[in-house]
Amino acid sequence: MTGDDHVRDDRTPGVEQHEAMASVLWYTVGLGLAIVATIASFVVAQTNLLWPPGISVGLIVLALAQIGVHLVFFLHLGSGPDDTNNILALAFGVLIVFLVIAGSIWIVANLNANMTTMPMQ
Amino acid sequence: MKIETLTDTPPEPMERRHAGPAPARLVVGYGFWIFILSDIVMFSALFAAYAVLSGNTAGGPTGAELFNLRNVFILTMCLLFSSYTCGLGVLSAERLRPDGFLIFAALTFVLGAAFLFIEISEFAGMISKGAGPSRSAFLSAFFTLVGMHGTHVALGLLWLVFMMAQVVAKGLRAVVRRRVLCFSLFWHALDIVWIGVMTLVYLMGVER
Repeated sequence: MTGDDHVRDDRTPGVEQHEAMASVLWYTVGLGLAIVATIASFVVAQTNLLWPPGISVGLIVLALAQIGVHLVFFLHLGSGPDDTNNILALAFGVLIVFLVIAGSIWIVANLNANMTTMPMQ
Repeated sequence: MKIETLTDTPPEPMERRHAGPAPARLVVGYGFWIFILSDIVMFSALFAAYAVLSGNTAGGPTGAELFNLRNVFILTMCLLFSSYTCGLGVLSAERLRPDGFLIFAALTFVLGAAFLFIEISEFAGMISKGAGPSRSAFLSAFFTLVGMHGTHVALGLLWLVFMMAQVVAKGLRAVVRRRVLCFSLFWHALDIVWIGVMTLVYLMGVER
């Protein structure tokens, strides 16, 4: 095996074998979408365009959208059967990330809520 | 190819099922993808620490007082454009154009170095204002998370220099192209982590 031959039934992230996706245009579209999402995040954070208590949720949604843009346009992750291994690994990573972050916030918020306040003398 | 994958359960040819080991390019790419995911899991622990500690300022400065969103926007754009030029560099490498690769790699390096320079000067400014990592739990978590990302960028820049040297010395042979591919995965992943830093640390920190 030289590593040079293109096989059709497996894919590695970052490489695109469909000519349409492996193009400067594809990267440029991704760059444009990412810039739009970034500017939207900064606008939402600094104005009252969104209902103020909803700003955090809006920022998280925009961040997830931008991460999706990066995965599809820069890392070329697709939903085809060739990508199953990569997507499964990614899904496991996302699960762990979610458990660590959400679990920590949940546990410590609970700890803070149950903390008895020191009586002031 | 497209039509073949869209029809449900195409009959698998025997030679595909028994095609022997996968080519090195797939094995290397997939292995490095697993490493990147584990790196992101490591970052998630730092994100969790920051999310938990960000309110504990111990009477010191808060994020809203320290962060300069104009700088953060410039940092974000530096990293985003360097990700773009890195992708174009991989395209050049795949098409066996070493000159194109070297030009795009140099652009990537300049943008990454600009990112690092602005970030370090921002850190130095905070420390000189008495807002160093030892001031409060919030600042300890901030410097750990953002500093770890900055360390990754610095190591990435070092790696990029090595890749440029290898392309000059060895040419775009298969093993060098595999390393270029791994570098690009690393660099795109750093940009993805930065989206999290930008949103959770800076934008939500200022808004709070």
